[in-house]
Amino acid sequence: MEGYLHLKNNQSFTGQWLTPPPNQQIEGEIVFFTGMTGYQEVLTDPSYKDQIIVFTYPLIGNYGINELDFESKEPHVAGVVVYEATNHPSHYQSTYSLKEYLQKWDIPLLGHLDTRAVVKTIRKEGTMPAVLSSNELYNKDHFVLPKEEKVTKVTASTNGCYGDGETHIVLVDYGLKKSIIHSFLKRNCRVTTVPFNTTFPEIKKLKPDGIVLSNGPGDPKELTSILPNVKKMLEHYPTLGICLGHQLAVLALGGDTKKLPFGHRGANHPVADLKYGKVFMSSQNHSYVVDEESLLKTGFEKRFINLHDQSVEGLIHQILPIQTVQFHPEAHPGPADGEYIFEEFMNIIKVEKRSVIAYA
Amino acid sequence: MPKDTSIQSILVIGSGPIVIGQAAEFDYAGTQGCAALKEEGYKVILVNNNPATIMSDKNFADRIYFEPLTVDSLEKIIEKERPDGILATLGGQTGLNLAFQLSEAGVFERYGVKLLGSSMESIKKGEDREAFRQLMKKLNEPVPESIIVHDVAEAIQFGETIGFPIIVRPAYTLGGTGGGIATSLAELESLVKGGLNESAINQCLIEKSIAGFKEIEYEVMRDSMNTCITICNMENIDPVGIHTGDSIVVAPSQTLTDEEYQMLRTASIKIISALEIIGGCNIQFALDPQSKNYYLIEVNPRVSRSSALASKATGYPIARMAAKLAVGYTLSEITNPVTGDTFASFEPALDYEIVKFPKWAFDKFPMADRKLGTQMKATGEVMGIDRNLERALLKAVHSLEGKESDLANPSFLEAATEHLEKMLIEQTDERFFIVMELLRRGKSVETLHDTTKIDYYFLHSFLELVKLESHVADLSFHSVTKGQMQILKEKGFSDQYLAKEWNVTEREIRDKRKMLGVLPVYKMVDTCAAEFEAQSNYFYSSYFGENELVKSNKRKVLIIGSGPIRIGQGIEFDYCSVQGVFALKEENIETIMINNNPETVSTDFTIADRLYFEPLILEDILNVIEAEGIKEVIVQLGGQTALNLAEKLEDYGLTLLGTESRTIDRLEDRKLFYQLLDDLNIPHIDGEVVYTKNELYSAIQKLGFPILIRPSFVIGGKGMEIIGCQAEVETYLQKKDIPYPILVDKFYQGIEAEFDLAADGNHICIPAIMEHIEKTGVHSGDSMSILPPKNLSNDAQKKMIAYGKAIVQKLQYKGLMNIQFIINGDEVFVLEVNPRASRTVPIVSKVTGIPLVQIATKVLLGKYQLSNDEITVYQKYPFVCVKYPVFSNYALKGLDAKVGPEMKSTGEGIALASTYEEALKKAFYNGQLKKADTMQIAILDHTIDSKLGSLAVAAGVELVLTEEMTKETVALFSPNDSKKSKKLREEAIKKRILTFTEVETLQAFLEGLTVEDWNVQSVEEWLGEGTENFKLKEVHI
Repeated sequence: MEGYLHLKNNQSFTGQWLTPPPNQQIEGEIVFFTGMTGYQEVLTDPSYKDQIIVFTYPLIGNYGINELDFESKEPHVAGVVVYEATNHPSHYQSTYSLKEYLQKWDIPLLGHLDTRAVVKTIRKEGTMPAVLSSNELYNKDHFVLPKEEKVTKVTASTNGCYGDGETHIVLVDYGLKKSIIHSFLKRNCRVTTVPFNTTFPEIKKLKPDGIVLSNGPGDPKELTSILPNVKKMLEHYPTLGICLGHQLAVLALGGDTKKLPFGHRGANHPVADLKYGKVFMSSQNHSYVVDEESLLKTGFEKRFINLHDQSVEGLIHQILPIQTVQFHPEAHPGPADGEYIFEEFMNIIKVEKRSVIAYA
Repeated sequence: MPKDTSIQSILVIGSGPIVIGQAAEFDYAGTQGCAALKEEGYKVILVNNNPATIMSDKNFADRIYFEPLTVDSLEKIIEKERPDGILATLGGQTGLNLAFQLSEAGVFERYGVKLLGSSMESIKKGEDREAFRQLMKKLNEPVPESIIVHDVAEAIQFGETIGFPIIVRPAYTLGGTGGGIATSLAELESLVKGGLNESAINQCLIEKSIAGFKEIEYEVMRDSMNTCITICNMENIDPVGIHTGDSIVVAPSQTLTDEEYQMLRTASIKIISALEIIGGCNIQFALDPQSKNYYLIEVNPRVSRSSALASKATGYPIARMAAKLAVGYTLSEITNPVTGDTFASFEPALDYEIVKFPKWAFDKFPMADRKLGTQMKATGEVMGIDRNLERALLKAVHSLEGKESDLANPSFLEAATEHLEKMLIEQTDERFFIVMELLRRGKSVETLHDTTKIDYYFLHSFLELVKLESHVADLSFHSVTKGQMQILKEKGFSDQYLAKEWNVTEREIRDKRKMLGVLPVYKMVDTCAAEFEAQSNYFYSSYFGENELVKSNKRKVLIIGSGPIRIGQGIEFDYCSVQGVFALKEENIETIMINNNPETVSTDFTIADRLYFEPLILEDILNVIEAEGIKEVIVQLGGQTALNLAEKLEDYGLTLLGTESRTIDRLEDRKLFYQLLDDLNIPHIDGEVVYTKNELYSAIQKLGFPILIRPSFVIGGKGMEIIGCQAEVETYLQKKDIPYPILVDKFYQGIEAEFDLAADGNHICIPAIMEHIEKTGVHSGDSMSILPPKNLSNDAQKKMIAYGKAIVQKLQYKGLMNIQFIINGDEVFVLEVNPRASRTVPIVSKVTGIPLVQIATKVLLGKYQLSNDEITVYQKYPFVCVKYPVFSNYALKGLDAKVGPEMKSTGEGIALASTYEEALKKAFYNGQLKKADTMQIAILDHTIDSKLGSLAVAAGVELVLTEEMTKETVALFSPNDSKKSKKLREEAIKKRILTFTEVETLQAFLEGLTVEDWNVQSVEEWLGEGTENFKLKEVHI
């Protein structure tokens, strides 16, 4: 059955429903992902909360959905747009086809659509509100996306405990990806995940060796209420900010963020590490970016930049033991070239621990 | 880091004549590399004895040496030119081996030459088996356990420790003879025994078998700052066990999860970092389809066939970037030439599928062993691009120019299912079409997976195509709806196929399809999946979605390329196509190129103004023509492939510049051709066209033996035979499919000679005549030849030229033409006229400095005329040029090395020297032929006459009448057709001993051996300055 993708700029694209047609119109911001693998990780990455995702790679679902590569317990996207999704996935770990999986979670999959044409529109006019519908005609009122704190929808309500390693990491969950937890478990850490609004005294009680501010969906400026809290964490503990966590760290210390025209979502973004004069490929998923000019009084110093648009990809603090990255060092999907950030963070924690002992 | 200013001149090593496993991809890499170096202002000195290459054209190098690719030869060049740097990683294994040998011989040190790109240590680490294993062990990267054994006991011991299955690979055998997979000690023992026996050096490599694993390749680049990127990964549809060059390959990988993709990518980067490669590198993995276990199969620390494919698949010019990295740049300093404003340090994102399909020569050589394995057998390849796998695959199949009707191979239609199943197990080149036929007959994907280990994902895609085939059968031309047509086209079925299935003409399908509104669109290859705006001129068609093509209103000309490299149609036609593009660009005409061969220069998007990567079938060509609004087409540069389309294109109202189908008919239709020659009083060989067996008998009666039989319209003498007696006629007639009508000619023994000319309808330009060294009966592609001619009288040469002129004037022919003659004293017969570019055009152009293709192309535009006849044939050249064929018989088991009317060579080389003997010396010199105390030539079935005898004395060689070859044997001469002779030739090929089957070749070899030493000289020195100032007269129409 025919289904439609309507964009706010009045463009419409016709496709075929590959899952049962949704009972109502699906609304969301439309974004595209350029990675050629990793659809399962993308669908379950909470940062994509309520977005309609277009995969630029035309054949999606080839290796099915397995039980291991989820980034969270459920898919978060509002809808999925592809050119083709196979009925016959082939992989030894596959337990569902893409269609079966999305159907199970009641997420519509619109296929047989010229995804390249959609991407060109987004590239030219930016990400925008969109509607997935079975109706060829659509109501323009739908193109206002509600202002809402998406983070509240994806953060956990209680603390979680993982591993029993030596170093204790408190990971603030703004919509975290499982791979961040894994990245620390791999490095002999104990990880406690806490809800996004956990207060500083509560965190202090957990006696962390280091704090990680996770990735998450939406505009960081929707979270102004928690910024004082974040600021305290930054002042007291070695901190690593990833993606939204990086943006929050900047906002907390008085910097600013702004929206990119169509975001960075893919597995091939070149990032230069100014410290080592080296370039590597990174996994990215963000609409917002730190405003470089606002960094002046924050104490942050630019360390990583995106080679496509020169935007800020990561910072170090001149005084405090804080490191932040806009890209995803935990990969999944995408390259793990930036993984050494975790190594560095572990070293920072070690150094800090030693100095605490020295001054005690 | 900016470029290295401590060097000014760079020696580039090319890969030499085309052989199986080392083909046009290195001309593409070399051309890109040379262009990149010139762009940076370096003086480029090139050595490559392959004249058919584009890299050896004056546009791409400042000094060009057509000299042997040997250490002593290179040392002479280095001594003379004193280059500051040397770049060896663009010249395939040949280049890498030479760099290694030069380094070992201390040449770099002696002359202060800097090896650019990866260091010698890096190359050694990648190439030396033991060093590599050690390094991988250190990195914790798994390599399959293997050892080299010289006796059975060693093998047994290995087998007991490592477990089964085990692969046995005898060293230096043809097509992996004697090798196989052992599943028990008993099998291992018998395989190793047989393998050692088969191996010329009594050696086998035995290795833990990983056959059936997914074969995955990564193309990786690294710069001096240790920035590493992967350009592309590829998955072989045929799993480990079939050489990647013989596998159907898709890009990017289709069945790997992100976890697996990144795992192998991370490993690739770890490996290239540890090897400290500067430039490109190809890494091959075997991945267990049932776990995350993988093995490293191979690392090629250089650009390769796969990197050429990856460049075309992604739009990322690997070789060009590798050359820039070699002179010091880093990836983040170079811009991405496709997008224009992003940097080279990124990884392409594809939003389409690539399917590469190998092209084999087995249609020409049904006697050769078709089994695929670890020895590559394909001569070339094609690539299909589209948004879905099925049409990308079908595009590749259409590009093969085979007899297949889309996915159906007609010869399997009648075969019994059991027979097909047996054939499938044999793992031949026909495997894909057998799988398709078995699916058609209802065999399950599970069964086929069990036999072939092809991933279910691909088998399901094949099955979908089979289902669509039966859907086609259910539909009819009259009832088909737009929706139904849309699906069939989107999934790749050709108009031609639908026409056949629905019993109408292709034109009817085309018209109906257009009426229904099912039209192709063109999508851009932009390296970034549309994320950034790109200025790309590289397009592919798709029967779905939005059209991205914006056409210009300029005058534009389409050049149809020559498709996959095959025996008889090699890179010389790519050279001609590219030269044609350059000529048109000079005239400010917009050039449009269509081709489907990922190895070539013509499919480099920087060559033509627009590149369409499409099959060379009528439907796709017409689609481009209509989309672009093209009115003029050149078909005479792309070999027979393009020429065969001439008539059909004319039917659709296109103007063919130069070669019209009427002209082609008059030259290729034997009756009309003889008529033409008779009208012009030009002598020709008596011959008949026969349509039946009885006509053949009566033709033989009329002509008498020996006769030459051949099908009309052929490439490379396919199906040609010389028949000397009645018994041979009967044998010939027993063949199943004699392609009537066939041409029967009196076979005439004489000297063969040929020339290429450019004509403007009246005047002609003939730069040189080439005389064949072997007598008639040997295909011109397989014979040695010499320029200027040695044994042709002035009168004979004058007659040849006069005949050429007469033919041109009679036909008012414009463009390139190749004419072949038979000469006996002053008697001259015209044998063949080819109204197109030929194999010899690049040779003639390069050694005379007269750019034949450029002249012809400009004439074709109608803007220029030749002012006069330009015949430089009699000019006294300061050199003798010998052209020699190069064979890949080692790779094609079962193919007899005897030369004849059917072409067998895969490539050619030239040698320039001041004397005939010196040129011959260079032609045969391969570096291994050092003067030993005793050199013997084994001779079977031939007497040693006084001429041979005295030549041998002069050459210091012993001629031995024998049936056996010894350690002293340097060459074998065995002209006969007997079983014994064939067997001896097969043995010689196995031992890589030079094999001659014509006495003239042997004589030439001996004459060459009389020369002790030789000089190196660049073509610029031979020609002097200013020879290319060839004047064309502008005409105003």
